[in-house]
Amino acid sequence: MAEPLEVNYQELKHLVSERALKGETVLLNMGPQHPSTHGVLRLLLELDGEVVVNCVPDIGFLHTGIEKNMESKRWELAEVMTDRTDYLNNTGNNLAYCLAIEKLADLDVPPRAQAVRVILVELERISNHLVWLGTHALDLAAMSLFLYCFRERESILDIKEMCSGQRMMTTFFRPGGLWRDTPVEFEIAVRRFLRMFPGRIKQYGALLTKNPIFMDRTRNIGKISAKDAINMCLTGPVLRGSGVAYDLRKAQPYSGYEQYDFMIPTGTHGDVYDRYLVRMEEMRQSLRIIQQALDKLPYGPFRSNNRKYVPPPRAELGTSMEAVIHHFKLWTEGFTVPKGAVYLPIESPKGELGYYLESNGGNQPYRIHMRTPSFINLQALPLLCKGHLVADLVGIIGSVDIVLGDCDR
Amino acid sequence: MSEEHLKTTLKALKERFGLRDSELMKYPPTLMVEPEKIVEISQVLRDEFGFDFLCELTAVDYWPEEEPRFNVIYGYYSHANNVRMALRMPLNGDQPSIHTIEGVYRGANWHERELWDMFGIKFEGHSDLRRILMPHDWEGHPLRKDYPLGYEEPQFTFNYDEIDKRKHHSHYEEA
Repeated sequence: MAEPLEVNYQELKHLVSERALKGETVLLNMGPQHPSTHGVLRLLLELDGEVVVNCVPDIGFLHTGIEKNMESKRWELAEVMTDRTDYLNNTGNNLAYCLAIEKLADLDVPPRAQAVRVILVELERISNHLVWLGTHALDLAAMSLFLYCFRERESILDIKEMCSGQRMMTTFFRPGGLWRDTPVEFEIAVRRFLRMFPGRIKQYGALLTKNPIFMDRTRNIGKISAKDAINMCLTGPVLRGSGVAYDLRKAQPYSGYEQYDFMIPTGTHGDVYDRYLVRMEEMRQSLRIIQQALDKLPYGPFRSNNRKYVPPPRAELGTSMEAVIHHFKLWTEGFTVPKGAVYLPIESPKGELGYYLESNGGNQPYRIHMRTPSFINLQALPLLCKGHLVADLVGIIGSVDIVLGDCDR
Repeated sequence: MSEEHLKTTLKALKERFGLRDSELMKYPPTLMVEPEKIVEISQVLRDEFGFDFLCELTAVDYWPEEEPRFNVIYGYYSHANNVRMALRMPLNGDQPSIHTIEGVYRGANWHERELWDMFGIKFEGHSDLRRILMPHDWEGHPLRKDYPLGYEEPQFTFNYDEIDKRKHHSHYEEA
């Protein structure tokens, strides 16, 4: 019987410095059950006193084989699994998947569906940043903010529930549009949220932005230069905190983002504090986008009229034989996507979320790969935390904003 | 501006390295590339054409086909010109081995570890080629098409002993 510890030691020998082998530095295991690692992330820390000399992230505790599973499901059923990857950004995952299928199949999306998609995705961005803000502040010992953030998040979840019947795993976006039209209360609820939220952001800012303890613990911590960030393939607020204005909503707009007027906040120092500022400003910009999208929300169909991909409305089934056939075909064997491959990224709250889809012309995907922002951003962690204290490490992990479900898939 | 940059890049690559277009990829524009040239082309793309960001690195398995068995897809993005392009690399055989591009894009590190873990594609010269998502003593590469999806039989009262016997197999006790 092999000693598990011995195997690990030999395997990790090349990852630690010479000093660790001589016993001058301490190897410390952090996680996977540590509350501040935001899920099941395990870190192998090499410590010189309290200073982190090196850090080796160990992921995969939440690997559920989603990509493999999706390959054996039909296109429309596989979408349900995309919700489960990044569980704080469900609609965003659906959007990326649907956009990739729509690109592959040349499927049109009516303007109303696009606008509703934008509203829901931006609400989701706010909700994601609220969870991030609450837990990040909690890690840095600002307890009360956590409760406020989850209170506001609840109203966003209510809006999602109103639309789709589900608070989190909505699968509300379907290839070609939406599952159903939004209810009448939708606009009222979103407007109520828009009125309420700016004041709340001000309150969060008042608690943290000029707070000397918070500033001490975040400024000049976890710095990364723009050049390094690009070379490490970082995206999202981590990259923008370093001063690179890369946001796919502006750079390569999708779902009609080009119609809306908003800014991309960027930082200057690339430290934890700048990432905090970037995310706070992003929430305000998201509010602007929602406001504009809601003001010019067009009326009309909420999903495409292409019957090869989108089921016919219920009312048509009683009068049209063709509709019955389409309905039967879609529910028994699903739709087929023409042979081809596509890589399509969107801007998720954490960074570039890209779906690589490949179809061999059948009703199941041949290969799906998710380029998830948490996975790629996490690999910069050793670079970010070198030379900082263990206590700062917690803040740095929080500032990268990872979701381990997104990371391990 | 950006579209022109993409056109000149693709044209220059085709002329210099003799690459051809990929018919399969719908978006972004893609060229087919041989395994030997990938490091050199990545270097040229980053330094001469400004594709400084590796946005995607993944693979596809075409089992039971042997030639090519795999395709590796490299996605590039240029921050300065705001354009996206990709390279597709066919790989033959069951145990393919290519050179790492970690020296050009540091972010390729985990991407390549994931490909080794999931497909068994070896990257020569990689600094830390261990499994990343699966346990370190795992056998096989799960995203290959000849790897079964696998199910666990639920343990009920009527088949409790039967499954329990299988669980206490010597194979399990080692782990």
